[in-house]
Amino acid sequence: MTKDLIYKFTSPYRGDFKVSAYRFNKGEKSCCIVGALRGNEIQQLYICSKLIKALTELEKQCKISYNHEITVIPCVNPFSVNVGKKFWCNDGRDINRDFPGSKTGEPTQRIAAEVLNTVSGYQYGIQFASFYIQGDFIPHVKMMETGKENKSLANLFGLPYVVLRDPKPFDENTLNYNWQINNTSAFSVYTNETENIDEGSAELAVSAVLRFLSRMGIIKYHCHGGYMPTTLEESTLMPVRSTTGGIYKRIKRPGDEVSQGEVMAEILHPYENTVLEEIKAPCSGIVFFSHKSPLVSESTVVYKLIKRLKN
Amino acid sequence: MLETVASCCLTVDEKVLIRKNRLEPKNPAEGQKRIAIVTGIHGDELEGQYVCYELIRRITRNLSDLNGIVDVYPMLNPLGADSVSRQIPLYDLDMNKIFPGDESTTPWELMAKQVVEDIKGADLCIDIHSSDIFLREIPQVRISPEDSVKLLPYAKLLNADFVWVGNSSAVRPSSLSHTLNEMGTPCLVVEMGAGMKIIKEYGDRILDGIFALMAELGIWTGAVEQVSNPIVSSDGEVSLIHCNKSGMFMPAVDNWIGLCEGDHIGDVLNVFTGEIEEEIFSPVSGMVFTLREYPIVSDGSLIARILGGRR
Repeated sequence: MTKDLIYKFTSPYRGDFKVSAYRFNKGEKSCCIVGALRGNEIQQLYICSKLIKALTELEKQCKISYNHEITVIPCVNPFSVNVGKKFWCNDGRDINRDFPGSKTGEPTQRIAAEVLNTVSGYQYGIQFASFYIQGDFIPHVKMMETGKENKSLANLFGLPYVVLRDPKPFDENTLNYNWQINNTSAFSVYTNETENIDEGSAELAVSAVLRFLSRMGIIKYHCHGGYMPTTLEESTLMPVRSTTGGIYKRIKRPGDEVSQGEVMAEILHPYENTVLEEIKAPCSGIVFFSHKSPLVSESTVVYKLIKRLKN
Repeated sequence: MLETVASCCLTVDEKVLIRKNRLEPKNPAEGQKRIAIVTGIHGDELEGQYVCYELIRRITRNLSDLNGIVDVYPMLNPLGADSVSRQIPLYDLDMNKIFPGDESTTPWELMAKQVVEDIKGADLCIDIHSSDIFLREIPQVRISPEDSVKLLPYAKLLNADFVWVGNSSAVRPSSLSHTLNEMGTPCLVVEMGAGMKIIKEYGDRILDGIFALMAELGIWTGAVEQVSNPIVSSDGEVSLIHCNKSGMFMPAVDNWIGLCEGDHIGDVLNVFTGEIEEEIFSPVSGMVFTLREYPIVSDGSLIARILGGRR
């Protein structure tokens, strides 16, 4: 394993800004893994640290296949992590909305350009991503439908679901999108948490990546087969909105089955503790996403359901 | 008349409202034209506040000169303005990247959709911005190249110093202006001043332009001021100057002055050593229309934009 500095600049008042890459084995650029792009992606940073530990051990045991190089960039934005800011600590720009970047542009564009330059040319790209709405998901792999995506490969992670997303205009400035159009098969792996560490889903993510690398012949690693994933179009998930604001009491969680009309959550009056609204399932299915914060505003999407297919 | 365009119940005893003031002639007629003046998409951009106040004040005092509908939307991001935040609080969303809105995500994307529905169909929309806290802009109109044929005649009437026909972020996909123009509602973007400030002189100039435009559309029959003839430029005629060192920027020039190639723009200073880290010179001859306002800079921070671009 080698640790390389892929980007650095000096700050007037702080320590140097540094982005580091851990490289395992030498040879063809087989797989690149990216962790925290945003300062609040603590779970994503943690998963990468676990992967670096696992790959270090596999490399010592000569279990990384000949001529296959793996690179892990655990954190692209340490400055924001260190001051508890989600976006760029100075001007609030989102690095994951600044790809492909520019080597002569703004600070975040320069970071994006250097990162994209480092991660380009790999056969497979994996990003531990977070969603801009706070809440819990069923662990899944997401791919953007750019016309270059390889859906069947996403199944090899063995996570319960593969979600396909029709890109919106802002997606065109994300790492995942730019990876794909640069001919890397790019996957975003989502786990339950972002700002806190969830050990169970972190382990699941590490296992999923090692399983994928093993199935692609990049590492020699024995693991159980994981799930036979179901592929979903993101647009088919049914959103369930709150109709008022208050204290949010979650009853159903991601992975739970619900029947039409079943109460999934309650919204309580913040002063009087009376039930202002029962959030009921509009259809039978499985909870894919659930709101997690103890507070909720009106018109918040508190659940997304996978609709059960009718017999 | 004050009207609520969109609303959302927050968690504890508060409802957030996006409101507009509709100004109509004393005797409304069928088929009258409508103009929409929108501002406050970013909570730290305040230049439009004075424009809205003064526009409403002048029209209501001379209502007999009004021959159409003027919808004034003073603040699309009320929570941002009140909490001194550029983004939408809680979600950290840049509101000018969520249009045309969405029914399946956050309350703010739903409200963005309702705002678009309300403005749609106007004969013209003017979306007023004021840079951010980092940069100071001279009064300018921004339009995208694909809309330039349709929008340029309107843009020239707004009494700005120049019109930038280019792909700046304010006119890109997911912005309000791009969304409205795609829907067939012409929308101009005004940029002026700096974040968290109000420069009355700039506001008065754009107000004169708005009245001239309303007169052109037949919405205003009162007297209007002579407007200045702006310079029209494309992306190819704009040079962006970034610094390559971190430190404190001390400008040597002011906004809207002419520079020759090689002229001194300013220095990046090291406040610990008393040394100049970087001297910045103009690579082209032209006019400075954007100048760094916030003095602390990092490697890549934008220092100036120069109109002209001639070497």
